[in-house]
Amino acid sequence: MITITHYLVLSAILFTLGVVGVLIRRNAIIIFMCIELMLNAVNLSFVAFAHYLNSMQGQLFVFFTMTVAAAEAAVGLAIIVAVFRNKETVNIDDINIMKW
Amino acid sequence: MEAYLFYIVATIAVITGVYLIFEKNPVFSALFLIQTMVCIAVLYILLEAQFIAAVQIIVYAGAIMVLFLFVIMLLNLNIKEEAKNALPFQRIPAVVMGIVLFAAICMIIKSKLLQGKHGEYTTAYVNSVGNTKLIGNLLFTDYLLPFEITSILLFVAAIGAIMLAKRKL
Repeated sequence: MITITHYLVLSAILFTLGVVGVLIRRNAIIIFMCIELMLNAVNLSFVAFAHYLNSMQGQLFVFFTMTVAAAEAAVGLAIIVAVFRNKETVNIDDINIMKW
Repeated sequence: MEAYLFYIVATIAVITGVYLIFEKNPVFSALFLIQTMVCIAVLYILLEAQFIAAVQIIVYAGAIMVLFLFVIMLLNLNIKEEAKNALPFQRIPAVVMGIVLFAAICMIIKSKLLQGKHGEYTTAYVNSVGNTKLIGNLLFTDYLLPFEITSILLFVAAIGAIMLAKRKL
């Protein structure tokens, strides 16, 4: 029998993988993909709660999260392209002008 | 049957997630992320959220990840670039902190703090009306304002992406 706990633990594993990926990778695009993985993990727990609580709100929230993620991906990738055009790199160790 | 499907799909999702963060080539990373998203879509179907599963495939695996692949191929990234890591000592603490974070989340899940009121949308009711129809009804009645704000957000994001990617205004 699969309970909500199974889904929440899977969601926690995927979220943790996303966090670890953000911390250990230096490539801005891969960091961005790890953020997408974290968003997906949270979406999974939303849908799991919606199913086990007989509610529809979780699914609607996932719908809104997906649109926000799409907007975020478009703008974020545009920023990465703009940075690459200026600095010829997407390694975040080389993009530290804003750090003093 | 459902339990076997859950365990198989969950295992694939976790393995591809691990490959995503340890793969050297960004193109393979993106393909592994697509695999993870397809696995999550299968889990949505197990949770009887058919509309969300379809949107997951179309929007995430279809649109967002293709955009990622376009950018990766456009930038023609050098794999060796990753090798010069300014903070190599950050790796082990990062993994340890990840395990700590996972333990903390598991404790919250185990503590039964995550409780809620049961709603009116039981599986039988949702199946009698139809998942997609119900979501559509709610989006255009109770959630009309957030829905319209979302359209403005996408509009602003499209303009912002064009402005950022343009060479000269």
